[in-house]
Amino acid sequence: MIPVVIGISIIVFLIMALLPGDPAQAILGSYATPDNLARLRSELGLDKPLVQRYLIWFGNVLHGDFGRSFSLNRPVINEVMDRLGPTMLLAGSSLMLASLFGLVTGTVAAIRQYGWQDRLFTVLVLVGISTPSFWLGLILVLFFSVQLGWFPVSGMQSITGSGGFLDVLHHLVLPAFTLAIVATGVIARLTRSSMLEVLRREYIRSARAKGLSERRVVYVHAFKNALVSIIPVLGIQAGFVIGGAVYIETVFQWPGIGRMLVTAILTRDILLVQGGVFVIAIIYVLINLVTDVLQHMVDPRISA
Amino acid sequence: MRYRSSGLARFARNRTAAVGLGMVILIVLISLAAPILPLANPNATDLAIRLKPPGTAGHLLGTDQLGRDILSRLIWGTRVSLAVGLVATFAAAVVGSLIGIIAAYYSRWLDNLLMRGIDMLMAFPYILLALAIVAILGPGLLNALLAISVVNIPFFARNVRGAAVGLVRLEYVDTARLSGLSNARILFGELLPNVLPVIMITISTTVGWMILETAGLSFLGLGAQPPQADLGSMLGDGRDLILIAPHVATIPGLVILVLVIGINLTGDGLRDVLDPQLKSGALASPAPMTAVDHTAAAANRAAGTAGALAVSGLSTSFVLGPATVRAVQNVSFSVAPGESLGVMGESGSGKSVTALSVLQLVPTPPGRITAGSVAYDGQELVGAPLSTLQNLRGNRIAFVFQNPMTALNPLLSVGEQIVESLRRHQGLRGRAARQKAIELLDAVHIPDAEARLTTYPHELSGGMRQRAGTAIALSNDPDVIIADEPTTALDVTIQAQILRLFNELRVKRGLRLVFISHDFGVLSEVCDRIVVMYAGQIVETGSVKEIYESPLHPYTRRLMACVPMIGRAEEPLTAIPGLPPDLAQLPSGCYFADRCDLAIERCRAAPIELRTMSQGRSARCVRAGETAV
Amino acid sequence: MSDSAVLEVRKVSKDFRRGSLLFGAGNVVHAVTDLSLQLRRGDSLGIVGESGCGKSTLARILVGLIPPTGGQVFFEGEDVTIVSRRRRKELYRKIQFVFQDPLSSLNPRKTVRQLLEAPLVHLLGMERERRKERLLELMETVNLRPESLDRYPHEFSGGQNQRIGIARALAAEPSLIVLDEPVSALDVSIQAQILKLLENLSRSLGVTYLFISHDLAVVERMCEQIAVMYLGNLVEFGTRAQIFASPRHPYTSVLMRSVPAPGTRAVTRVAVHGEPPSPSNLPPGCPFEPRCYRAEAKCAEVKPDLLPYPEGHRAACFFGDDPQPPPMEEAAG
Repeated sequence: MIPVVIGISIIVFLIMALLPGDPAQAILGSYATPDNLARLRSELGLDKPLVQRYLIWFGNVLHGDFGRSFSLNRPVINEVMDRLGPTMLLAGSSLMLASLFGLVTGTVAAIRQYGWQDRLFTVLVLVGISTPSFWLGLILVLFFSVQLGWFPVSGMQSITGSGGFLDVLHHLVLPAFTLAIVATGVIARLTRSSMLEVLRREYIRSARAKGLSERRVVYVHAFKNALVSIIPVLGIQAGFVIGGAVYIETVFQWPGIGRMLVTAILTRDILLVQGGVFVIAIIYVLINLVTDVLQHMVDPRISA
Repeated sequence: MRYRSSGLARFARNRTAAVGLGMVILIVLISLAAPILPLANPNATDLAIRLKPPGTAGHLLGTDQLGRDILSRLIWGTRVSLAVGLVATFAAAVVGSLIGIIAAYYSRWLDNLLMRGIDMLMAFPYILLALAIVAILGPGLLNALLAISVVNIPFFARNVRGAAVGLVRLEYVDTARLSGLSNARILFGELLPNVLPVIMITISTTVGWMILETAGLSFLGLGAQPPQADLGSMLGDGRDLILIAPHVATIPGLVILVLVIGINLTGDGLRDVLDPQLKSGALASPAPMTAVDHTAAAANRAAGTAGALAVSGLSTSFVLGPATVRAVQNVSFSVAPGESLGVMGESGSGKSVTALSVLQLVPTPPGRITAGSVAYDGQELVGAPLSTLQNLRGNRIAFVFQNPMTALNPLLSVGEQIVESLRRHQGLRGRAARQKAIELLDAVHIPDAEARLTTYPHELSGGMRQRAGTAIALSNDPDVIIADEPTTALDVTIQAQILRLFNELRVKRGLRLVFISHDFGVLSEVCDRIVVMYAGQIVETGSVKEIYESPLHPYTRRLMACVPMIGRAEEPLTAIPGLPPDLAQLPSGCYFADRCDLAIERCRAAPIELRTMSQGRSARCVRAGETAV
Repeated sequence: MSDSAVLEVRKVSKDFRRGSLLFGAGNVVHAVTDLSLQLRRGDSLGIVGESGCGKSTLARILVGLIPPTGGQVFFEGEDVTIVSRRRRKELYRKIQFVFQDPLSSLNPRKTVRQLLEAPLVHLLGMERERRKERLLELMETVNLRPESLDRYPHEFSGGQNQRIGIARALAAEPSLIVLDEPVSALDVSIQAQILKLLENLSRSLGVTYLFISHDLAVVERMCEQIAVMYLGNLVEFGTRAQIFASPRHPYTSVLMRSVPAPGTRAVTRVAVHGEPPSPSNLPPGCPFEPRCYRAEAKCAEVKPDLLPYPEGHRAACFFGDDPQPPPMEEAAG
């Protein structure tokens, strides 16, 4: 894992180092005299060689110091941490929804192959994976928030700061569902095909030859084996959900890290971008770790 | 002999795929025709008519915030979205596939290097990478295209490498080397064509994605820049207007939805065509019991003496599309208490299907029991409800399968797989169940039985696994064990041990054995009587001694003569010419006639009956019993 | 190196490293250990053993598909383990290989014609006219109809595919063909057809075989010389008569007696208990010692060399000069 983290840090750093345009210029704007520029560049360490800049930056990162965002005028780490929570809340609940719905519907569709449940399933999945999530968000807001008034239009909390848990939950519903739709489709489809594949295997025949109930055959013998193929994809979907959060946060004005990143890129706030991307990448690595652990728990053939 | 899959299932899929393809073609044609259609100028602004709703005169779909005609912008925008999606996919496919194939084919360290690099790229949520690339290069459609392409390369590389690695280990790559082909030739001439289906399937699943992703980037303002517009940027423009003029955003989104649905439908259809598993008809997962034709259930009579297993007139067929493979035809035999019956035949003879049919484990689809009866202890099994079968399976009649690696669930320990059978039929739980499981493992001579309870199948050797499988079969002290080629996959020294085990079980427990094998030597060690099958029919029955000393059917005789035996190397080997008949197109007379050295005209004229020659002795040959043979 | 030896194998070893490349010491599987033997021109050699004995690995080393970890292989006096790629290509005109599974060894997307032409084009550089003739010759040699040339492997049965594989191996007119379990994947009645074909070819074309199999009866029929392998080691070597009439290594005796003999309502005798240990965890002395009925203390400590006996018979056992058959256990029934 360590080499991956280091690799990520290098990539993140390089990306930002390659950004065209002079950051010092962008920061100083109309105050950019040659003297000021030179002084700022020296302050930001922009005049040092690339490798040294990387090492300085990475060294600071290990201490939790990502530098200072010039556009927001606060330490990057603070901003990133503030924004990380909402995104994780959004992504986490979406992933849970998607996994739950996906696994259940996929299994049902597999058991009732060619039945009406299966056909309905196919249609829903098709629509699910073909929908642009940002468009869907708009539609849902239009319908549920504007027309029906059931849910708030945007934001994570009411401005009239009751700010409690239930209030956040209320705001969470539409964004979480929207974000979950595509992931649900992918997980559901994979579950169905994995189950179908596993149900054709010989040990399923053996289990039936023992006279075991169909319920046991499907849920203990088949499902567990299907999970082996599904779990890695859950990990990948976690990544897609985090990525997709960028759109949802934009549509629903959710105060998350995705929206922060887009703005930071447009304003060329390098340090903020670096911090944000790095943290997200680390989280992704952690997710992969969790996936590996889960896989190991389910499949004894995989060595630690 | 391979049969094409059922027409019905594939057609249904193909119809939706055709619809999908139609949608895509329609959209493509319309967008291609944009220059010649009578459309308003997509860039002409006119603030006086801004935000007109759909249905306004002269503007079918209304106007946007700058007064531009939405219908026209829609069609022009679709062109852009389509073009970008296709180019991005193609680029990612070419680069990614190349990386994948090279990684799979060349040395391990190159593979490791490339794959670690891919892994690291995939460590970034795709959108971050895309955003970063666009940030470096600046917003713009071409840059968005590049970003999306690059970000999808790992996906192709992974998929293609996965498929190629499986192929590289296949021996036809070695065959190519032996034929003198150079590495480059092998890579592009041998590997690539076989990996192509995977590439095409991956393309079909990612084109839709690519279009969505580029639209997303444009939505955020990072893709198409004004005055250029694609569907995503139109959506982005309309975002802030959602409350006052929803049509500006909803319509482009709808088009994206329809387009991607069409593409995905087409992709699904393509996958069905290219996926080899689907082609050979192995679509559906098997039902818990074999389907029985009504006629079969109606004609049954529960027969047989108490405690006997009596099969009478059993016929099982496989329906594969237009062809019906008659795997088992009119098979009858019985196994009395204390007896051990061998079923001998080569592949395609129907011996395994017969065994599976007894407990109705033949996969449906495509199998069906078309006639006959299976009676156990006076109870009729064909047409019986699933619960009856489930009570019998693993309880009074148990199975031992051929391949112990695939017959055991890899994720459950050996102990669990024994205990679940004990629990199901005897209600044993906890310590009592564990105790019994240990006894069973001891009975099959697995050393260190208690420790073995928690081992998994992959941790055992082939011989041990087969013993474990036998232990499972013995769990509830069955009357009958049906063993389908249980030693074929084992080494000869291990086979000897397993055969001894079976004999011991027979004697000690009075177990009735139905033993299926192609090997007469094996059968003669464990069986009293033998039934010889060919092309789905029984062609001879008799005791082991009778069959060995005086085989009645030419097939039996020739089959035994063509097996090399130790110490008989000087005798010439008489092979049987030709091949067994196609079970979907059986001849009208004797099935063996074309390969038989004794065939006369009478043999081909009409179906041959199974003639009883004496007690327990029968043969399906008109010339059986003729002295000068 | 004797002058009539076409193939000489000298102390060949092959180790496979399991486990990740980055983390060094995974398990090491000793697939083949210190193996030496000779193949004489005109005398087909059979290599027998059970699964895991290393015979398939050895076969692939001999033909150059896998490099050995140690040792050398001399073909007609030339060390083929160190040849250049170009020389290897030239050698493929003399040594060829037939695989066990006919279906996985033929590219499903190539027609029979393409498969058979490949060696003609790439190994022999034959021009088109001559190729056409040669293709027809080959099809006739293996008893396949010429119309089959434009069909694909999946349209044929297993036996027919194996004929195609044999035809491909014969295309460049090699003097030595290594066959790795060529009939094991086939039905019994088809096996006999292929064995007869191979016999005829050997007689008419003068090809020498190196025949790998687990089936003693097949090897007895096809080969004049026989080598028995166990856990990567050569444990006995001799002529057909020597091996079958008077085996000197306990494993060979055990192997022969484990084959079920039909015809008699036989008591099943078990000649050997237990199972072979894992090839990554070999015992220090004789590899067969844990299961051997003649084992004594020294067998576990010292590994016997391949000791010579009269008339070229060799066995890796301390008791080779006084072989005794395994004790027969009467089993129930």
